[in-house]
Amino acid sequence: MSIEVQFFASLRESLGKQQVTLGYSDGLDVQAVWQQASDGAAMPDNTLCAINMEYVKTETPVNDGDEVAFFPPVTGG
Amino acid sequence: MPAILLDTVFNPWDELQSYQEKHLQAGRYGATATFVGTMRDFNIDDSVSHMTLEHYPAMTQNFLDKLCAQSREKFALDDCLIIHRYGDIKPNEPIVLTVAWSAHRAQAFDACRYLMEELKARAPFWKKEITAGGERWVHDELRSSEK
Repeated sequence: MSIEVQFFASLRESLGKQQVTLGYSDGLDVQAVWQQASDGAAMPDNTLCAINMEYVKTETPVNDGDEVAFFPPVTGG
Repeated sequence: MPAILLDTVFNPWDELQSYQEKHLQAGRYGATATFVGTMRDFNIDDSVSHMTLEHYPAMTQNFLDKLCAQSREKFALDDCLIIHRYGDIKPNEPIVLTVAWSAHRAQAFDACRYLMEELKARAPFWKKEITAGGERWVHDELRSSEK
């Protein structure tokens, strides 16, 4: 009963953490996962979110065993 | 129609030729459109000595694989190819190669552009530039001058 949370790039640096494991509880959404994993930090407006490597919104429900990722706007290419 | 992620320098023209000889059927395609993105030594009026390109490995591979498959169907391509670097990159080194093969030029041009625009908009890579003034992430404000 757990959720793996990952932070990338400038979010990883500003929060000082790359990966967090959270206990799962019913009714969790992406916003709630952020609050727990970031120890209550404010989420930057341009933050992008993914569950199991697919883009999602902050109100998307999170299921037991999911991998949730947070990262800033992408700059590849 | 692979998407390949590399942490070492690559020659886009050798990769294109090698892939084409192995996977494309001679005589079947009439157009090959190619884009190569190369690292500049400047950005926003600053000299850039090198950069580090971070990515979210599993999501990047997943996203680019799907983009290749989707583009092949959307533009009726014979095939397409994406190669993208990650890790430490120096000026003048290729960062990305996109190739689209099709029967006619319109689909190849359109698909090659589509591959790059989707990649830049949604593939989870993040550039950190190293300048004389220190390190900086290439965030939204800097991207406005990249087009």
